[in-house]
Amino acid sequence: MTLTAPVGTSPGPRTAPPPRRGPRPLRWLLHAFLALVALGWLLPLLLALYASLRPYEETARLGYFSLPEQLTLDYYGQAWSQAELPRYYLNTLIIVIPALALTLFLASFAAFAIARARIPGRRTLLIVFTAGNLLPPQVLITPLYSLYTLIPLPAWLSDSQSLYDSYLGLILIHVAFQFGFCVFVMANFMRTIPEEITEAALVDGASVWRRYWTLTLPLCRPVLAALATLQFTWMYNDFLWALVLMVSGDKLPVTSALNNLRGQFFTDYNLLAAGSVLVALPTLIVFQLLHKQFVAGLTLGSTKG
Amino acid sequence: MAVRTRRYSARDVTVLVIGLGVAVIVNVGLIWGPTLASVALSATDWNGFGPIEWIGGRNYADLAGEYPPFWSAVRNNVLWLVFLGLVATPFGLFCAVLLDRRLRGSRVYQSALYMPVVLSLAVVGFIAQLVYSHDYGVLNAVTGLSVDWLGDRSVNIWVVMVAAAWRHVGYVMIIYLAGLKAVDPALKEAAAIDGANERQTFFRVVFPTLRPVNVIVLVITVIEALRAFDIVYAINKGRNGLELLSVLVTENIVGEASRIGFGSAIAVILLVISLGFIVTYLSQLFREER
Repeated sequence: MTLTAPVGTSPGPRTAPPPRRGPRPLRWLLHAFLALVALGWLLPLLLALYASLRPYEETARLGYFSLPEQLTLDYYGQAWSQAELPRYYLNTLIIVIPALALTLFLASFAAFAIARARIPGRRTLLIVFTAGNLLPPQVLITPLYSLYTLIPLPAWLSDSQSLYDSYLGLILIHVAFQFGFCVFVMANFMRTIPEEITEAALVDGASVWRRYWTLTLPLCRPVLAALATLQFTWMYNDFLWALVLMVSGDKLPVTSALNNLRGQFFTDYNLLAAGSVLVALPTLIVFQLLHKQFVAGLTLGSTKG
Repeated sequence: MAVRTRRYSARDVTVLVIGLGVAVIVNVGLIWGPTLASVALSATDWNGFGPIEWIGGRNYADLAGEYPPFWSAVRNNVLWLVFLGLVATPFGLFCAVLLDRRLRGSRVYQSALYMPVVLSLAVVGFIAQLVYSHDYGVLNAVTGLSVDWLGDRSVNIWVVMVAAAWRHVGYVMIIYLAGLKAVDPALKEAAAIDGANERQTFFRVVFPTLRPVNVIVLVITVIEALRAFDIVYAINKGRNGLELLSVLVTENIVGEASRIGFGSAIAVILLVISLGFIVTYLSQLFREER
């Protein structure tokens, strides 16, 4: 596999590339083409932003492709207070943060056991874990739904008194589903760590836990950062699990709650645009800030669907 | 690397068993267990409660013969796969090749192209409505047409696939760009010295070395096509021409009628298709590794 090299080092040394520059007009053409494509790619986002700033009455009269008569932030106010977006953001955090921490912890330990502890059957384990992540969620969602309704939970943990319609249920399915991908990536990464490092510790009589927690994990920081960035985005963007495994509107994570901004009989698309912008914002910010980690994560374990 | 037999202390064994045990329980309990249960339930007429009755292959027969959305869903999933595979993926590769040429401003272009990758497909679905809306949408305004892009059964799947491709292209581009950067520059130089032009260099020298990346991209494309759900659900709940297998499965749980057995039969069809690709992919992956 080419894409399992350590993240920190950018792939390929590329020292002094041959300056293979085409003739000038060709370069201009290339720039023009790429600029056009890039613009085309940004336009829908800009359109959403633009639409969210205009009153419904105006776009209903003139269409979205028109000059503004009036720009307003009203829809953001509406989405924020009337649609109670802050509550849904909070729900997302309640679900995503524990899920992220648990996934990375379980996956890094399993990866360590598979890559370093030479346990029997490690290959099979890795295959089963990886394959599990590649399944379309719908393949297992029907029995999962039934299972969730059958598992009781104490009332202090879930007011629905079952795994169905509980935060814990969503956390667990995120962990279970994303776990395979993280194990695959981390096991490949750990294999690239020189074995001498833990070897020496072994001679010193270090325990498995010490070799994992104090010796291996700190070396995995780059891959953990990449996975955390990527997994945050995926869990945040989840729409399906919450749709099927939750029923109380007030417990939904923000991406699924966006659907609530759509009215029963009439949908104000400008409000929906403002909601979309607000929902997209955290991932866009994460992407801008941790752009390197995000790309590293995507290319590192590109088995992800 | 010689395989050494190591002695673990009792405590080490406990730690390993607990750590891996939890992982296996979660994985089997929530992923593989329910997957197998889908297979079993697909041969029953269970409705979520009450007795479970064995009905053999009747769900499958009903699916093929008496459930019109099924065939349009199959058609749409195939279209989705073909469109992503033959249009979006090659375009992503094309952009990656262009962007690999160390242009000035390449990073800006790259950022623009993969901006949509971080968006939820549900959000993409909502944005698509601003573009395609019949009365107020931008597409009709710009082209002067008056097409109900999302409501007309004969066109809606196509425009929705374009929206899905908007996100897919960036994804494919990132992966190919990383693959291209890892290609040994000496290979290209050698080809250039031998008098190959750029096109020949790419198709005869560079592209064959990208084989592992191609496999990854192929798998991503297939899986994305089978998983497609959020975007059509955000647009019209996957009805009226936008049926997909994933939507039909979900409809049987969250819809009015809870038909667990019937929904499971559709899930099994999805499972069989995806397992074919997963097995091919993994056997290749793990063979190379050995």
